[in-house]
Amino acid sequence: MLDLVLRGGRVVTASSVDVVDVGIAGGEIVALGGHMGEAATEIDCSGALVGPGFVDVHTHVREPGQEWKEDIASASRAAVAGGYTAIVAMPNTDPAIDSGPVARFVVERGSDVGLLHVAAAGAITAGREGTRLAHLDDLWDAGVRMFTDDGDAVADAAMMRRALEYIGDRGGVLAQHAVDPSLGAGAMHEGWVSSRLGLAGIPAVAETTVVARDLLLVAETGCRYHVQHVAAAGTIELIAAAKDRGLPVTAEVTPHHLTFDHTAVLGTTDPVYKMMPPLREPDDVAAVRDALRAGVIDMVATDHAPHADHEKDVPFEEAPNGVTGLEWAAAAVNAAAELDERTFFAAMSVAPARLAGLVDHGRYPAVGVPANLVVFDPATTWVPSRTMSRSQNSPYLGRPLTGAVRATVVGGEVVWDAGGHDDAA
Amino acid sequence: MRTLLGTEDLDRSSLDGLLDDAEAFLEVLDRPIPKVPALRGRTVATMFFEPSTRTRLSFERAAKALSADTLSFSPGTSSLSKGESLKDTVQTIAAMGADLMVVRHRAVGAPARVAEWTGLPVVNGGDGAHQHPTQALLDALTIRRAKGALDGLRIAIVGDIAHSRVARSDVFAFATLGADVVLVAPRTLLPVDLTGWPCEVSTDLDAVLSDLDVVYLLRVQTERGGASVFPSLREYLRRFGLTRDRFARLRPDAVVLHPGPMNRGVEIEAAVADDPRALVLDQVTNGVAARMAVLFHLLGGADA
Amino acid sequence: MTRRRVLDEADIRRAIRRIAHEVIERNRGADDVVVLGIPTRGVPLATRLAAAVSDIEGTPTPVGSIDIGLHRDDIDRRPRVPLGPTYVPEPLDHKTVVLVDDVLYTGRTVRAALDALADLGRPDRVQLAVLVDRGHRELPIRPDFVGKNLPTAPDERVTVRLREGDEDEGVWIEDDR
Repeated sequence: MLDLVLRGGRVVTASSVDVVDVGIAGGEIVALGGHMGEAATEIDCSGALVGPGFVDVHTHVREPGQEWKEDIASASRAAVAGGYTAIVAMPNTDPAIDSGPVARFVVERGSDVGLLHVAAAGAITAGREGTRLAHLDDLWDAGVRMFTDDGDAVADAAMMRRALEYIGDRGGVLAQHAVDPSLGAGAMHEGWVSSRLGLAGIPAVAETTVVARDLLLVAETGCRYHVQHVAAAGTIELIAAAKDRGLPVTAEVTPHHLTFDHTAVLGTTDPVYKMMPPLREPDDVAAVRDALRAGVIDMVATDHAPHADHEKDVPFEEAPNGVTGLEWAAAAVNAAAELDERTFFAAMSVAPARLAGLVDHGRYPAVGVPANLVVFDPATTWVPSRTMSRSQNSPYLGRPLTGAVRATVVGGEVVWDAGGHDDAA
Repeated sequence: MRTLLGTEDLDRSSLDGLLDDAEAFLEVLDRPIPKVPALRGRTVATMFFEPSTRTRLSFERAAKALSADTLSFSPGTSSLSKGESLKDTVQTIAAMGADLMVVRHRAVGAPARVAEWTGLPVVNGGDGAHQHPTQALLDALTIRRAKGALDGLRIAIVGDIAHSRVARSDVFAFATLGADVVLVAPRTLLPVDLTGWPCEVSTDLDAVLSDLDVVYLLRVQTERGGASVFPSLREYLRRFGLTRDRFARLRPDAVVLHPGPMNRGVEIEAAVADDPRALVLDQVTNGVAARMAVLFHLLGGADA
Repeated sequence: MTRRRVLDEADIRRAIRRIAHEVIERNRGADDVVVLGIPTRGVPLATRLAAAVSDIEGTPTPVGSIDIGLHRDDIDRRPRVPLGPTYVPEPLDHKTVVLVDDVLYTGRTVRAALDALADLGRPDRVQLAVLVDRGHRELPIRPDFVGKNLPTAPDERVTVRLREGDEDEGVWIEDDR
């Protein structure tokens, strides 16, 4: 008897989208096809898409060090509720993930929680301070394949060049938080809204200058390079040109940059709309949507960045950057980007898994493939009223969404079943 | 009207109403007993998270002339230094029985947040570089008393527009009252994108000087050093300061305003500052009346 | 709704003329009299009364206005109304102030005017002139000079219109019965 059957969904495989059942046993997909027999557990997938579980290459789990915002257990619960089967923890913890033991701690905590795969990204520089390299080899030996000082850019050109050389040698990927610190000292996008509000602005060139410089260094070093949270239209042109030249470059966009623009800050200057990079112009939103559809931007990453209420209940300028997003990322992308099924899963699952080197994730359903899957209903409209995260700083709370995660399967186990939750579809 | 957070959303009739009442309050302030019982029993809390003696005193004078009680908060003497949050601080003062808060804070939008957290009527006493609406009212009142009305007047606002809450409030108030506003500053002191601002822009004071009815000089923030946005204070005076020479080229009935405190020798030459056509002290007097009008509008009436 | 005119333009003119004589008689001349109108319609009435007194006496009688918007005892119960002008033509100490209003009803407006007056100076005496006294006092206040005593029911409305600010002139009683 099968352990689990996903019954009657539109299954997105490597070659087609068909209404079939997915039979799972021993943590793997063992059968795809017409009406399948009884199983210990069944999930009705009618009307929903069944595809590779989502993978987030940009999650701030806040543990170790800032557990009042989030911890690995709460981040895991939020992630599976959002359809994720693997997440990559950002290294801006306290202490930073700049050495082997901290990376191992995060991965082991994720295994102990046991809901989904938690991988760790490593810092590029020690303490993310930008002055000397982190323990890159120790991190590598602890399984780290993606390196970033996220939260800060590697601003120093010589340091960036050295890091690309070293990480390039090992075959890892360097991910850049592309915001120049001297141009990026403001509180929101530099434009008519910041001018009207009297808020210090962050111009789009804060992003493009860093990416332009980095791409020259990538061309020289050949290291894999990933642009985190692209928000400016100008960056897309740079990435497209680099890809045309065959450089090993990828890019991500967040759900909120696909959804909101800088006018969200007008009115009450609600810090829920404060993040880095900032929400930019409607033209930038249109550009990142187009780029995601065209594949210039390869993937969606949440930049899930929890902050406690007391940290966001302050004036805009004094609030920390960041929004949560794991639970509603797929719905936000579904509503904003209008992707076909294949591009949707490529952006949400396949490309991020490949970037992070997660070989058991982001694989289209097929017999023999590990059962890391999501059941996503793209048509349901609902309003989220609560979160599994420890923090509430999401602009999606209380806002109608189209698209809901019906179930999440990790290693053949159902780790999220919306049927058991009254606020979901 | 429940809060006064900025001038952008004030329409002509609201502005006229406030200014008309402010004129009535000027008469009150001129009486042998300059006090009326209009807000007896009400408590106005002045919450100044950024030091500003003159604005605070002006609000407190206004509240007392209306017979309101005042609660005065300043960060130097408070538990803010013990790490209390803004939200906790204002909720504490609200719980003491404040009926209205005047909030000055260095962060943009702080007064709006305070209004949200306390549910009280809030007057923005200046938030970062965003808005300072009572300054705009007192400026408009001063111009109206000097010139009769703002309709058709040509007003230049000169100086650090980018970092000025006074400029942001004045532009919208003056334009709504019918004036023709031009901002004058070097590009480094202008906001990046003036979409929706009802004004013109010039980088050449001398070019606009001769047809001005009002020159509004902004304070150069010498504490910023000026160094990063213009070369030096000396060069600023030469290009954008109101020198005696420029003053002489103004129309004979043109008046000069400044929000104070003035940097004599930087944005204004000393002799110009002391000329009777420099209405700086009128602005101060008018400030009390304008703030009385605002407090009376927010607290006097069943809809408050 | 019923609506009936109780005074026309000529009636008002005669009433003011009569009050002017009474003011002069009561005060043995008008040398120390200052007439202050209560906005809105007390102000034109005060101007007319002062003109009538001046006309009879042959010397100018000072006239001004006293707004009571800041002295009302119901500020937090009624919608806010724009403030009217307060203008005191000369110091009030040792003068006889004649307060002028259009309609005397509960007496609360006059109470507020007396409070406002106390902030403006210390006249030797204060007298009250009204065009219409409709009764229903809530405070111990009585007029010194009355244009017309007008018995009314509490649910009736008394409307005064004057040429200075209105399209026509007269006093009407209206009710919704």
